Amino acid sequence: MTSLSRDDVAKLAGLARIEMSDEELVALSNEFTVILDAVARVQEVAGEDVAATSHPLPLQNVFRPDVVIPSLSPEQALSGAPAQEEQRFRVPQILGEE
Amino acid sequence: MIRNSASEMAAKLERGEITSVQLTQAHLDQISAVDTDVHAFLHVDTEGALAQAANVDAKRKNGEKLSPLAGVPLALKDVMTQKGIPTTCGSKILEGWRPPYDSTVVVNLRKNDIVILGKTNMDEFAMGSSTENSAYGPTHNPWDLTRIPGGSGGGSAASLAAFEAPLAIGTDTGGSIRQPAAVTGTVGVKPTYGGVSRYGLVAFSSSLDQAGPCARTVLDAALLHEAIAGHDPKDSTSINAPVPAVVAAAKAGNVKGMKIGVVKELNGDGYQKGVRNRFEESLELLAAAGAEIVEVSAPNFEYALAAYYLIAPSECSSNLARFDAMRYGLRVGDVDGASAESVMNLTREVGFGREVKRRIILGTYALSSGYYDAYYGSAQKVRTLITQDFNKAFELADVLVSPTCPTTAFKIGEKADDPLAMYLNDIATIPVNMAGIGGMSLPSGVADEDGLPVGFQIMSPVMKDDRMYSVGSALESALLSKWGAPLLSTIPALAGSK
Repeated sequence: MTSLSRDDVAKLAGLARIEMSDEELVALSNEFTVILDAVARVQEVAGEDVAATSHPLPLQNVFRPDVVIPSLSPEQALSGAPAQEEQRFRVPQILGEE
Repeated sequence: MIRNSASEMAAKLERGEITSVQLTQAHLDQISAVDTDVHAFLHVDTEGALAQAANVDAKRKNGEKLSPLAGVPLALKDVMTQKGIPTTCGSKILEGWRPPYDSTVVVNLRKNDIVILGKTNMDEFAMGSSTENSAYGPTHNPWDLTRIPGGSGGGSAASLAAFEAPLAIGTDTGGSIRQPAAVTGTVGVKPTYGGVSRYGLVAFSSSLDQAGPCARTVLDAALLHEAIAGHDPKDSTSINAPVPAVVAAAKAGNVKGMKIGVVKELNGDGYQKGVRNRFEESLELLAAAGAEIVEVSAPNFEYALAAYYLIAPSECSSNLARFDAMRYGLRVGDVDGASAESVMNLTREVGFGREVKRRIILGTYALSSGYYDAYYGSAQKVRTLITQDFNKAFELADVLVSPTCPTTAFKIGEKADDPLAMYLNDIATIPVNMAGIGGMSLPSGVADEDGLPVGFQIMSPVMKDDRMYSVGSALESALLSKWGAPLLSTIPALAGSK
């Protein structure tokens, strides 16, 4: 049986950039014990000799001629911005003081 | 008028018996009358729809050559961008967002002069099987308002069954078009992966997502399929090949000499008795119409659900990283001195619902170093095995069939606290997405024990979508002869319905 502790879930939530209450962390950790048991069944048939499929189609690079085509105006691109300044997205502080 | 099929409406428009403005207004009136109870729509674009309808009427008056569905109204799943129209994906994180561009599906709808009535409710970011995960409240099944309309495209399917729209667009990642169709007594088609452009479809699981038509008849679905399908340079996974001739197939409805393979593993234990009965009955009708019924086996399908609940969450954990509170959508906690990271954390806490968080965390785990091979890697191998099972089965049969879902519509709230029980709804629809092939659900009657609709699923090989329309159309007409009227004519009337 695989299980994830409250602290394991807290670490994953940090990686996924989601703040979570203690109650939510505990609830998720309980649910994951059941869910992980169910999904771990894939290991029963995933032998060394089986190739992996990441996509239903054979993917290949798609190119187009390098010509200028119409695109969004700055106003359109910024139309959904939570905050903007001088035709740019205004975002909270990214770097620390040093 | 609103109870006609889309093709009948189109014929009346063509003959000048009605105008698109009248037809559109009739549907807007029905939405006003019943949608408080059904809640299929998140946004109704009254002004835009009537303007578009008036435009088609003017073109027709001028004698312009119009497409087969010109002037017929449609409901659009809220996961598709439409310029200037709110697009929420059923999530708080996109509340109020108005996309600055049209999805290719919307561009194609406009080219065909199909009138867009509004945006339909869905499980948040298409994650769910009941539409209960919408941040804006559940949609109710028009057959019984205490029951779920399926999901994630419950709004689109319910709008058809409630006669609020004759056509709708859905998206199907693990069954989100077909399962809602099954539980609402409507038709839903997931085309071959790459058959319809994903440009402007807000991504959940990019290797599985596919947009497709929802309708009340197989022919209507085919007409809509041809209107939205085709190669799109804006989607690198769009297939550059002619659209399969689905309308011709639906019109002919010929199954003589076709081999129909019954998938042994998608039936039996766990499938409701009424579901199995309707399935057997449909097989008899298809045999009587000249098809040969054979049994096929797909031993690895039993692992499909497990593989899906690793692959889809893994891809979603990556795709939903774009909701970072920086460029559009909700932003929470942006106070003096707050870091970008803390704003992201707080925004995603408030903006995402329970199921979305559950899947992002599960995907983050499945992709994390040390667990990748055991979970995501193994799931990818299962995907290969499922595709091989399909390939072998299609050597023995032209199409494969099964019930669409194990049960009829369950009660709202019944499975809300049990994610695994909820996931089991998709057991018969998921293999299709894993292999990227086509799948259709059409109504095969109601279950004896509860009087609720049952869906019949048809699966066809890559880019042979026409085959499922041949079979679907043949079965539909055999059932119609048997019943004497379409299944939806027996749906209980909604309060206030026109």
